[in-house]
Amino acid sequence: MSTRLQRLTADRLALAGGAILLTLGLAAIAAPLLEQALDVSGIDADLLGRFEPPGGAHLLGQDEAGRDVLARLLRGGRISLAIGLLGAIGCTVIGTLVGTLAAYAKGPVDAVLMRITDFVMSLPSLPLLIILAALDLTKLGFSPDTLRSPMAGFWRIVAIVVVLGWTGIARLSRAATLAVLERDYVTAAQAQGATQLRILTIHVLPNAIAPVIVAATLAMGRIVLAEAALSFLGVGIQPPATSWGSMLNNAQDLLVTDPMLAVWPGALILATVIAINLLGDGLRAALDPRAGTGA
Amino acid sequence: MRFILTRIGAAILILAIKSFVIFALIGLMPGDPVDLLMTANPDATPEDVAKLRSIYGVDQPFTARYVAWLASALHGDLGFSRIQHRPVLEVVGPALVNTLMLTGTAFLISTAIALSLGTIAALRQGRWIERVINLLAYCGISLPGFWLGLLLIYVFAVKLGLLPAGGMPRAGENHPAWAYLLLPLATLVTVEIGGLTRYTRTAVLEVIGQDHVRTAHAKGLSPWRVTIRHILRNAMIPVVTVIALDFGHLLSGVTLIETMFGWRGMGRLIYESIMGNDYNLALVCLLATTAMILLGSLLADIAYSWLDPRISLDRKR
Repeated sequence: MSTRLQRLTADRLALAGGAILLTLGLAAIAAPLLEQALDVSGIDADLLGRFEPPGGAHLLGQDEAGRDVLARLLRGGRISLAIGLLGAIGCTVIGTLVGTLAAYAKGPVDAVLMRITDFVMSLPSLPLLIILAALDLTKLGFSPDTLRSPMAGFWRIVAIVVVLGWTGIARLSRAATLAVLERDYVTAAQAQGATQLRILTIHVLPNAIAPVIVAATLAMGRIVLAEAALSFLGVGIQPPATSWGSMLNNAQDLLVTDPMLAVWPGALILATVIAINLLGDGLRAALDPRAGTGA
Repeated sequence: MRFILTRIGAAILILAIKSFVIFALIGLMPGDPVDLLMTANPDATPEDVAKLRSIYGVDQPFTARYVAWLASALHGDLGFSRIQHRPVLEVVGPALVNTLMLTGTAFLISTAIALSLGTIAALRQGRWIERVINLLAYCGISLPGFWLGLLLIYVFAVKLGLLPAGGMPRAGENHPAWAYLLLPLATLVTVEIGGLTRYTRTAVLEVIGQDHVRTAHAKGLSPWRVTIRHILRNAMIPVVTVIALDFGHLLSGVTLIETMFGWRGMGRLIYESIMGNDYNLALVCLLATTAMILLGSLLADIAYSWLDPRISLDRKR
């Protein structure tokens, strides 16, 4: 592991990606503190300060309701990054479970699981994301009160991106597990009479996890983009909550008045996704030096 | 031939399953056709509602509704669009043409650019041009397409006033018809080339190191000929699959681009029909998009076996 860590820390681009991501994440977490320190607010309207240009305490100016743009960007970042992180974790858990199970079970279970994976993969993702975001969950037995709670919208988006996003990781994890199961040390463990559970946890998972970690990192980038797209279309995060995507939705109508409102959220999305991709590529190179850099 | 027929059969089966899943999802959308009629007519009594429900068949169990829909769909009756007040087929036809015009052009341009850039990057490994191409491809895969679209609208429509901000070509406008295509096209192409460029570069790099390429160079073939006949032909085999996946990606991503640019294609129609609770229309649009994606991967399979004779056409996967 230490050589892998050395390879990763020697990769300046990957380090830069990690640093950008960490900075954005910490800034987003610290948003309320920064608001206090600068005495600005990303939530409360200040109708006398509408479209105020950058200056003074408002480092990036104020938006159409007089909210501080920088503070609002950080507030939006909390939601965008949290959805990216939680979505990636969800996709990884489900994908790894499905992939490992398929590789282990072989035969009909494998075939069924992989056909389901292919099926979900071949659906048009964005239209389906929109439908899932528009579903009336009371028809599935959720109570209207649960759905109206402030966090429901957030968890709903996380659930949607996981439902459609686990497939790539399932395939990768299945392939990696199959490859590891062929190796001599697994045969040796079996010959020594190790239990299936021990083989799975000690031998298979640690050795099959490298491509999954890489894919999970890259999945976070895709999920940040998907959330932004949904919120941009107005079916994702709903006001009063805000994300970078919903800020762009807002800015679309104000493009003539204040184009910078459209520039900042998108630039942060771009920075986040580039940082994630750099980190993912670095991890790929560090964990599996033989693998190519293909998509 | 048998291989192709089997694949077509499988594709039709998958499409049937998809129609069932999509039908189920649409059934979970808010309200039903009768609710929507009721909102327009506050005087209706509960008896009227019950009667309408049985006329529309919404009181039937889910599977019965699906079978009824499928039966009439197979007879060519796809129902009526609620928001457009026209038969669904009449609405979908022109939208399909518009989408194919936009995505087809974007697909051809982005594939051509990506294949060239990827090949150049691989052949010039370690030079500055490879770094530039890699950097561009990196930005391409990380760029939110709708953000790029917003910036393009601001620069070219709001600031410079050169191009229309969106909408469809109309008679009596000061912009020529092709001008309406430019911004959505540029957005789609930029977003699409990144991934394929990276993939092509990797595929070409893999082939360059192989013995038969060295042999081809050693026997004195021109570099051009080696590139086309020996490198590209072999590198294209994995790339073709990715190109087909890209086509599906394009058809899905175009929803966003069409919606923001007001391009009257399938993507915008999907969005509008879902937002407007137009179930018949949403169902058909989604199925049409899914069918096109399936067609793309079917063509990729056929191209795959044509490019690589080692994959026998008649052997099972």
